[in-house]
Amino acid sequence: MEEEAEKEKMVKVYIMGREFEVPATLNIVKAFEYAGYRFVRGIGCRGGYCGACATVYRFKDDYRLNFALACQKAVEDGMYLTILPFVPAEKAQYELDKLKPRGTVLLELYPEIARCVACNTCTKACPQELEVMDYVQAAIRGDIKELSNLSFDCIQCGLCAMRCPAEIVPYNVGQLARRLYGKYVAPQAKHTHARVEEIHACVFDEELDNYSILVKEDVEKLKKIYVEREIKVG
Amino acid sequence: MSKTIRLDSTEAAKFAAKIQERSGEPIDMCFQCGECSSACPVSSDMDLMPSTLVRFTQLGLKDELINAKTIWVCASCFHCVTRCPKGIDIAKVAEALRQELLRKKLDYVEVRDLSMEERQEIPQIAIISNLRKFSR
Amino acid sequence: MKIPYFPGCSLKTIGEGFEKSAIASAAILDFELEELPRWVCCGTVSSLTTDDLMHHLAPIRNLIRVEDIKETQLVTLCSVCYSTLKRSNALVKNDPEKLKTMNQFMDKENEYQGSVKVLHFLELLREMGFDKIKEKVKKPLRGLTLSPYYGCLLVRPKEFGIDNPEDPTILQELTKALGADVIDNPYQLKCCGSYHTVDKPNLVADLGYKILTYARNSGADALVLSCPLCAFNLDNRQREIKRQYPDFVEIPILYFTQLMALAFDLGEEKLGFDIHYVDPVPLLKEKQLLIDSLPLIKEK
Ligand code: SF4
Ligand code: SF4
Ligand code: SF4
Ligand code: SF4
Ligand code: FES
Repeated sequence: MEEEAEKEKMVKVYIMGREFEVPATLNIVKAFEYAGYRFVRGIGCRGGYCGACATVYRFKDDYRLNFALACQKAVEDGMYLTILPFVPAEKAQYELDKLKPRGTVLLELYPEIARCVACNTCTKACPQELEVMDYVQAAIRGDIKELSNLSFDCIQCGLCAMRCPAEIVPYNVGQLARRLYGKYVAPQAKHTHARVEEIHACVFDEELDNYSILVKEDVEKLKKIYVEREIKVG
Repeated sequence: MSKTIRLDSTEAAKFAAKIQERSGEPIDMCFQCGECSSACPVSSDMDLMPSTLVRFTQLGLKDELINAKTIWVCASCFHCVTRCPKGIDIAKVAEALRQELLRKKLDYVEVRDLSMEERQEIPQIAIISNLRKFSR
Repeated sequence: MKIPYFPGCSLKTIGEGFEKSAIASAAILDFELEELPRWVCCGTVSSLTTDDLMHHLAPIRNLIRVEDIKETQLVTLCSVCYSTLKRSNALVKNDPEKLKTMNQFMDKENEYQGSVKVLHFLELLREMGFDKIKEKVKKPLRGLTLSPYYGCLLVRPKEFGIDNPEDPTILQELTKALGADVIDNPYQLKCCGSYHTVDKPNLVADLGYKILTYARNSGADALVLSCPLCAFNLDNRQREIKRQYPDFVEIPILYFTQLMALAFDLGEEKLGFDIHYVDPVPLLKEKQLLIDSLPLIKEK
């Protein structure tokens, strides 16, 4: 009995101003759905990876604006909720092959980063807890490596860009830097190249053909092979 | 060419007070000695001399001031304040006047209008300082 | 002696030679310039209106970083960074209310206590004494005639300058200590056009023409200065000057720290001449301050 009461613990939230009672175990996305809303945009993986569900919320009687991924954040009593279906953001056009990994490339393609006032608002908005201001600053001084490292876990949710008073889109700058870093600066992964060579040389073709026959003829056997496959850890 | 300057008491006085406060400079102390104008290295590109800018601010001539080329020509070099017997910093007055426009979403320099060549050549220090002065 | 040092953005790009030569020469004088951790761009120009605190955040954030590492001084090389950091520091020291507002806004940082002193590297040199610097000279810059150039923010406005705003001598004293000759250039304090290099390059070229031509006509071989923005306007913009004034003759620009590195004989890789617009190498070879046999190291 007690367990059941626990399960049914409800909290009061306000969805776009309207009051709802929802189970306390739900995340924000589920709370919306529980209340009868259906997501058409502003939702994706539901697993904290795609960044589509970024949202803002406030608590009753608290001036602070909070930021989260709606699919990850559990509802709490007194939350004022909304959805952000889309973050308008502008992205520079470039051909990676034609760029050089010089630090000044970032300012050339995104000159507005020069407007950063170091207010740190972006960092406070980031649900991934990245040091966004620090990476924008690394961009200004052209430190591609530092910028790639600091922005590595960015999921392009867009919250930093929505908050920046200088109208900078930090995550697109970070993405450019990571691309430059990956293509030109970071040491190449030799085994990946070797594998690509093997694929081009049709080394795996026969094995794959055998599997595609199983797909048609013996799915149970294929499942067994899959379950018993060798998994390399680390 | 003659020009009539209308001293609309309340509006003009309010504007003068606002610029005085925003710049933090004792604009009322100016007695038009002209030292600032002769010290200014870019006065040849100005339509209002620095001393005239201060005089017009005393008079609160808003339209003349915010439409003056001078506020976008001042280089914040602090030559004028070094010479001014009253210690008036015209770089601050010009900035207070520019802010009158920049705070209303009027950019003087739009960073995306810079050509690719300019972006490649001009160093950060120049772009950052220019935007601080001339964009909102 | 270790001392926290604020490079500023442009010393990581066009001012590379300034930074390299400064760190190397400072080491000769027993200063270890230690880059401030997590520094942010100072904003380059100080906000000049009384009601704008936003643009003071960056300088103050840097000063907080200094307090965070339990230091009380911050030294800069760039005149513009120097002025901006110093002005914001003075602002919050004189106006505790404003500091309180800013501290509250920067709630993820420790509160700034106002304990930091902002210095320009030249001030450190003056403090230690130019005689001492002279003692360290291995290769006096004999035969080199220089035109010191201060520009604006190193000396003006006077509350935030490092020397007499109308008659400074600090660069003259340093260059003389290094064994070079100096000329008097009445344009040494005139503005180079500063940020107008973005929107009014012609105006910048006009100003540069006067400064550089006077130096050239008075027998100077090069200009010596302390700011990467002045350096861009007076070096790279010589292309525009030449376009506007066909009679113009090019003249190299040197940072004071490059002179020190030359005189201390620290090797060409500490000089960073390869990114100058007007190459100073031929001049320095002619004066036998650089030797032919060492090839210039080109990075890039
Ligand atoms: S850096 Fe910006 S876009 Fe990336 S996860 Fe953080 S807030 Fe989202
Ligand atoms: S929010 Fe914008 S201006 Fe503020 S620190 Fe981040 S990038 Fe800079
Ligand atoms: S600060 Fe402005 S008005 Fe004053 S001398 Fe310099 S350019 Fe002229
Ligand atoms: S120098 Fe000072 S007192 Fe003289 S005209 Fe200029 S602002 Fe006025
Ligand atoms: S839906 Fe993908 S991160 Fe939330």
